[in-house]
Amino acid sequence: MEYSSLISYLLIIPFAGAFLLLLINKRNEKLIRYAGLAASLLTFIISLVIYFNFDDRNSEFQFVHKFSWIENLNIFYFVGIDGLSLLLVLLTTFITPLTLISSWSSIASKVKEFTFFMLMLEVGMLGVFVSLDLFLFYIFWEAMLIPMYFIIGIWGGKERIYASIKFFIYTMFGSLLMLVAIIWLAIYASAPLGYFTTSLPELYSVGPQVEKTIQDWMFLAFAFSFAIKVPLFPLHTWLPDAHVQAPTAGSVILAGVLLKMGTYGLLRFCLPLFPQASITFAPYISVLAVTGIIYGALVAMVQKDMKKLVAYSSVAHLGFVVLGIFAMTQEAVQGAIIQMINHGLSTGALFLLVGIIYERTHTREISDYGGIARIVPVFSFMLMFASLSSIGLPGLNGFVGEFLILLGAFKSPVLNNWWYTVFATSGVIFAAVYLLWMYQRVVFGEVKNQKLTSLTDMNFREILVMVPIFIFIIWIGIYPGTFLKVSEKTSAKIIEQVLPSNQVTIK
Amino acid sequence: MTESTLIKLAIVILFLPLIGFIIAIFFGKKVKYTYVLEVLTVGAAFILSAFLAYEKLTNFVDREIISEFTWINIGSVSIQLGMLLDNISVIMIFTVTLVSLVVHVYSVAYMKGDKLYGRYFAYLGLFTFSMTGIVFTHNFLMMYIFWELVGLSSYLLIGFWFEKKSASDAGKKAFIVNRIGDIGMFLGILILFLTYNTFSFDTIFSQISGGVLPFGTETGLTIAGLLIFCGAIGKSAQFPLHVWLPDAMEGPTPVSALIHAATMVAAGVYLVARVFTMLTGDALLIIAIIGGLSAFIPATIALTQNDIKKVLAYSTISQLGYMIMSLGVGAYVFAFLHLITHAFFKACLFLGSGSVIQAMHHEQDITKMGGLRKKLPFTYVTFLVASLALSGIPLTSGFLSKDGILAGTTAFASLTGHWLLPVAGFSVALLTAFYMFRLIILTFHSAPADQHKYEHAHESPKLMVIPLIVLSALSLFIWFTPNPLNPDAGAFLSKWVKTPEISVPENARYDFMNSAVAGESSHHEIIYSEEYTEALHGAHVPAMIISLIMALSGIGLAFLFYQYKKVNVDKLAEKFKPLYKLSYNKWYFDEIYQASFVAGTIGLSRLLAWFDNKIIDGIVNGSATVTKWFSNFSGTFDNVIVDGIVNFVAYFSGILGLVFRKFQTGKVQTYIVFVIFSIVILLFLFKPF
Repeated sequence: MEYSSLISYLLIIPFAGAFLLLLINKRNEKLIRYAGLAASLLTFIISLVIYFNFDDRNSEFQFVHKFSWIENLNIFYFVGIDGLSLLLVLLTTFITPLTLISSWSSIASKVKEFTFFMLMLEVGMLGVFVSLDLFLFYIFWEAMLIPMYFIIGIWGGKERIYASIKFFIYTMFGSLLMLVAIIWLAIYASAPLGYFTTSLPELYSVGPQVEKTIQDWMFLAFAFSFAIKVPLFPLHTWLPDAHVQAPTAGSVILAGVLLKMGTYGLLRFCLPLFPQASITFAPYISVLAVTGIIYGALVAMVQKDMKKLVAYSSVAHLGFVVLGIFAMTQEAVQGAIIQMINHGLSTGALFLLVGIIYERTHTREISDYGGIARIVPVFSFMLMFASLSSIGLPGLNGFVGEFLILLGAFKSPVLNNWWYTVFATSGVIFAAVYLLWMYQRVVFGEVKNQKLTSLTDMNFREILVMVPIFIFIIWIGIYPGTFLKVSEKTSAKIIEQVLPSNQVTIK
Repeated sequence: MTESTLIKLAIVILFLPLIGFIIAIFFGKKVKYTYVLEVLTVGAAFILSAFLAYEKLTNFVDREIISEFTWINIGSVSIQLGMLLDNISVIMIFTVTLVSLVVHVYSVAYMKGDKLYGRYFAYLGLFTFSMTGIVFTHNFLMMYIFWELVGLSSYLLIGFWFEKKSASDAGKKAFIVNRIGDIGMFLGILILFLTYNTFSFDTIFSQISGGVLPFGTETGLTIAGLLIFCGAIGKSAQFPLHVWLPDAMEGPTPVSALIHAATMVAAGVYLVARVFTMLTGDALLIIAIIGGLSAFIPATIALTQNDIKKVLAYSTISQLGYMIMSLGVGAYVFAFLHLITHAFFKACLFLGSGSVIQAMHHEQDITKMGGLRKKLPFTYVTFLVASLALSGIPLTSGFLSKDGILAGTTAFASLTGHWLLPVAGFSVALLTAFYMFRLIILTFHSAPADQHKYEHAHESPKLMVIPLIVLSALSLFIWFTPNPLNPDAGAFLSKWVKTPEISVPENARYDFMNSAVAGESSHHEIIYSEEYTEALHGAHVPAMIISLIMALSGIGLAFLFYQYKKVNVDKLAEKFKPLYKLSYNKWYFDEIYQASFVAGTIGLSRLLAWFDNKIIDGIVNGSATVTKWFSNFSGTFDNVIVDGIVNFVAYFSGILGLVFRKFQTGKVQTYIVFVIFSIVILLFLFKPF
């Protein structure tokens, strides 16, 4: 294909941009900010070019770029995308410039380092989504931890060191098991293939033939690593700490993109590589997912810190995504994919808004607020909008994802039990409770805290950050077809890999 | 006019209020006359609706007009959205836009001077749009989507005066309680979609007629029907989810009239009417019982309430219960008739109460009013007419529909033996007349309780009075039938509204709905057994007489108690204290829910938050701590033992060095002594010789 190196540009531009930044005088913060933004915008444009040249009727990997890297081990630099990775790439390249703009005022010290790490983070995240060689994937997967570690550790809140170390070690711990499984799988596969390889498409053909017991262990090793990242109940406790301590931009990237790497991994690796094991474990993982939906919502309800509340709501939302993945019907998987995007937009918007108000008041305690509706009407309107999107109000994005997931889980032959859906649906009530309750305590009522009377409403830059997100929230809500179409063939292929139509025996 | 023109017309009616909303919400600050825009869009929607209804009911009266398009495709599944124009939807849209227009006009005066005047009209626009969507939908999915959107506009409007905590609490409560019902509806829709692979009403219903059932059984169909009905329990404030509606009175009074009396709360009834054809006998019986309870309990509560709007709110729940009960007993047409008649007279009552409240400077307690008849003559007369309609007095529209419901319930009881339903129905007739006239006497007749406020009270401006006159005029019989005693004489029941044909398999229907006499029926008409027709016929006159006696005695008692004071009300309350307290405290529903569900959920949440913090995260931190201990231990081990050995070796060598240093004297003779000494020892040890 003639655009075959486009994906590599996607990685090179923010990477080169990050290093070029280092040449700028650190006191020239304005130039640094614009340069960082320019690099991320250029990346976004490249991803749009990819989108417009992407063939959504084709289920194969596209824009493949491959050359030999470590010849002794037969490891390749091998990248490419399908519908699933394309949507997540777009999400990443879309969110990154917005977070950069949002941190123009909130990040006041070490701007150069911050922008550098943000761009490196983008490289890491994009690398995860486009790698088609497990070795390469693993490198990006781990490398991405480092900039995030610094972003939380340097620009975070009071307990940033604790949070950043917890984040780093917790996720690292899971990854090591995955590394073991990658090596094990590659060695195992070298017998039938006749050579050692970590190339994903080739391993796809071997994975299903792996002996069931071994497959189970390999699946668990991969799934454990991804489940920590998602995070799946009960492996979620690093998330609230990381979110609360991270600066706004870090929280937005964390919620918007980083968590999706876990669900992406489940869809990209666990299901197609270990289909029988996936089916075996689907009910157990789905129970955890549904537990997470209700548990996350209930715990969110009594949080006193706005960011923590939103963090726990992520546990609930990601529970929906995992349920959709392991329901293994096309509706559910499509719903899960669109819900990944939705969560990135809605929760990203909520974190941005919390950040905007935090910058002015330096508190995130819900009880410090109240009655700001008249003081900051634009902010209040936007917070309502983002909350409604997160609640899953029909007409906005959240509804489409939840609806498809619940529908798909309901008819899932793998789960084959509609209690999953019944319990998951009750999470929809709790979402309304904790968000509307927070909204009421923050925005409605009379002004009790006199400091709030001098609040200034959102400025042009802040509105500029929110508007694009809101456009997509409405777009997905009203006409999700645009986005569903992109991943349609991919989700069909994943289901075909895990439940080959010629041998469906489960009922 | 062709069918496609009518569909286009309906689409325009749907989107006009939305456009108004969008302009008002985004440019409301810039455009000073937002309200004019909103009134104009609703006015246009009303004119088009009137035209649409006229066209549909004259030229297409026996047709169902459907138009659909594909929303999303996923694999084998394609989801269609679309519009359905049938007689009930066009009558409904006419009513909705009419009441909406009247309320808009009223609000121009009522809300004048409010800080968020423009925002208020924007929200009304959003509501009208969502409600129109519910009315026109041809499928369950769109029904659900717009269902949630009216919930949103209701939330926004109840909490409109958000500085008051009670108002924002009430808005939140309404949204959440409604969502509880909606979850059931959502699951019901999922079951139907799973079975029929479509959301469209007509396809689902025709497949049910074809014998395809959820889970392959009649019970499956009953469950699906009841789950759908859960949505109606929430939205139409039926027992046991009725608790949100009285609180919703925190919203501006015109909103109460439009949303929480005339239209949105009736959406539940509309939903049940829409799916009536797929409801099994078992499902209908449960629906009838819920309706009966919802008619009776709130009527007893309304007896002792002193807040003018609360009385009306409980009355609304009670009347919605009537409609639901009526559907449950198979008296479909009367339920729909009551939905329309109630919309007009209840909107009139609410707007009237708004006029009173404003005249009394935001006093809502009826025990502090009195004598307002002379001060507010127009309000009084219109309020009286609407109250007579609500009490079911002849010549009013309420008489027609209420009598039909009671007759249907009586006929149902005579065939099935469920006599408690008509007993509840008739007692509600008595209670209704009583509490309405208690309200009227305390407000308009008796001596002014607050002389100062009374002095300053004056009739509302024209923009408020004209809507009252329009609505009270619509509460008369003439719009529905030429014969004040016989609703069947009008086109409404004889031509427009017909009970739909039942799709449910015969063995799952009520016995009296069978198709044995299929030949006699025309298209889309229910086939009742002769037995039922006879029972209904026989029930009409007795029901009419009993309900009239009930209503008149209710009015009479109210006059005896409050006007002529023949009975000391306070003593009576003292005598029946437990009953009085039960009624006054609204049967303690809020307290019970607060103590069980609300406190339970919050308690559970707190417990889980503790669990999360201490246990789950405790394990994580604990394993970190254990690792740290282990590191410390190995550190110490390394330091003390391993390194200790190394150091000990060094130390020992040092000691040895110190010892041996003594021998290093540097004197040759000493060394020679040592050498000789050593050789002697070695010779002794090894004995080489």
